[in-house]
Amino acid sequence: MSTKKKVIKIILYVLLVSLSVSMLVPFYWMVISSLKLNKDVFSIPMRWWPETMHPENYKVIWNKIPLITFFMNTAKLTVITTLVQLCTSCFAAYGFTKCKFVGRDIIFLMYVTTIAVPWQVYMVPQFILVSGMGLNDTHIGLILMQAFSAFGVFLIRQFYISIPDELCEAARIDGLNEFGIFRRIVFPLGKPAMATLIIFTFTNVWNDFMGPLIYLKTKERKTVQLGIRMFISQYGADYAWIMAASVCSLIPIVIVFLSCQRFFVEGVAASGIKG
Amino acid sequence: MSNGKTGFLTPRQKRKLRNNLVGYAFVLPNLIGYSIFVFIPVIFSFVMSVMSWDGSKRPMQFVGLANFADIFGDKIFRGALLHTISYALMTVIPTLVLALLLAVLLNSKIKGVAIFRTAFYFPYIASVVAVGAVWNMLFQPDFGPINEILKFIGISNPPRWVVDKNWAMVAVSIVSVWKYMGYYMIVYLAALQGISSSLYEAASLDGANGWQKLRHITIPMLTPTTFFVMIMLTIQCFKVFDLVYVMTGGGPGNATKTLVNYIYEKAFTTWEFGPASAGAIVLFAIVLVITLIQFSGEKKWFKDMF
Repeated sequence: MSTKKKVIKIILYVLLVSLSVSMLVPFYWMVISSLKLNKDVFSIPMRWWPETMHPENYKVIWNKIPLITFFMNTAKLTVITTLVQLCTSCFAAYGFTKCKFVGRDIIFLMYVTTIAVPWQVYMVPQFILVSGMGLNDTHIGLILMQAFSAFGVFLIRQFYISIPDELCEAARIDGLNEFGIFRRIVFPLGKPAMATLIIFTFTNVWNDFMGPLIYLKTKERKTVQLGIRMFISQYGADYAWIMAASVCSLIPIVIVFLSCQRFFVEGVAASGIKG
Repeated sequence: MSNGKTGFLTPRQKRKLRNNLVGYAFVLPNLIGYSIFVFIPVIFSFVMSVMSWDGSKRPMQFVGLANFADIFGDKIFRGALLHTISYALMTVIPTLVLALLLAVLLNSKIKGVAIFRTAFYFPYIASVVAVGAVWNMLFQPDFGPINEILKFIGISNPPRWVVDKNWAMVAVSIVSVWKYMGYYMIVYLAALQGISSSLYEAASLDGANGWQKLRHITIPMLTPTTFFVMIMLTIQCFKVFDLVYVMTGGGPGNATKTLVNYIYEKAFTTWEFGPASAGAIVLFAIVLVITLIQFSGEKKWFKDMF
């Protein structure tokens, strides 16, 4: 029995190791190609280890595209969007769960019915609207159009519902006003849900491609994703450089992912199961 | 609050008014932004689908259902719809099966689960642009690694992937499966933890082997999750844009042009907002139907649970 179990365990390990290695092969190929000469990327026979290393590729691309500018733009967009989204979502979630006011349920129903509408359905009128405000090709336009989401309100609300009303009632009797209750009791308790929302918004905005593609036209305002895309179409045959640029674009998200992995996984589980 | 006017109100009414004001104060920041940037555009996408407008100073003109007649008469649109459906067909089932398989493998008590989980999940958080660039190179038809491997194992005439109109969508689907299965694996893993271990213990007592347990306990218990994953995946497939845009640009010819690619091109390259909005409404209708299926399914399982 125990030898049989051992065999099963070994098979399982072999299976898992080979599967995870094959999942990561594209990334490995990306990194080694970024260290080759442009002409050697597709050398035949295939080389899984470059003969000579060319880390200077990373220096070269730094001079070809304003990567720093792209990174700064993306960081700015990501941080501001995430903050606005987080604050307004927490506020609204508190209003929807702990306050009673006329029309609350109708307004919430409006959120619920639009949560299932894909952005691609209304992106055209939204663009016309934002352009009409004179915010086309600006970061503010891009921030405004994705900073208010029903998803965020929904996610935080689900969490706030589980906070007992008695807790707020007790604070009210102790003389705390509504904002005080929000700031001192409900908001700190909502940290797990906030972590989920932050991670979710952060990755979405950082990796967003279509939004910036539609809104940003000036080179100096473009994001990392757009910048890399532009670089790829400009230097189509300089394979090693393209891979080096791609590696650069992945580094920040890899760092965030590896340091907050727990939240990523818990976030998927939470938002996935509750829909 | 304590000015002359509120003096006419009873304390009870006063409290009610205060509650209303406070409630709205909390909701308004999000509500205003959401109304302007989401709710109004959603309504306008319906309005614009029956209008003719090119974005210029010339006013919109009501044209009835002409935009819909237009796009359904357009071979490119019908093609786009077809490509999107074939992409969904090629992507949904493999992603689902692989996600389930990975989750079952990872749900066993072994060391290093976290490392494997990270490896499987990682493609999901990598950006489409970088991922598309590397896969385009892997799929390079003449000397790319994938075709080199295929030639090595004896396929002398491997497909030409993204430059072949019959294979381009297959290539996009493969990348999509690779990229998204880790996400759904996590969803499955969470569901697997929810299955009571007593079920497995009882089955072991009855002498069931691993396969029988998987077949008769795990998979049936996961049916609601499978249904949910299938719905999510299908909706996600109908919204596909980035991956196609960076890998094939909709080509070769129009072979991989999808619904959203069509909407994007109509709206932002030729500025035909009417047909673009009509296309968007078609997308909306598809997603709505899928969502309604989800609701009825959830009701069914909800009933079963109690």
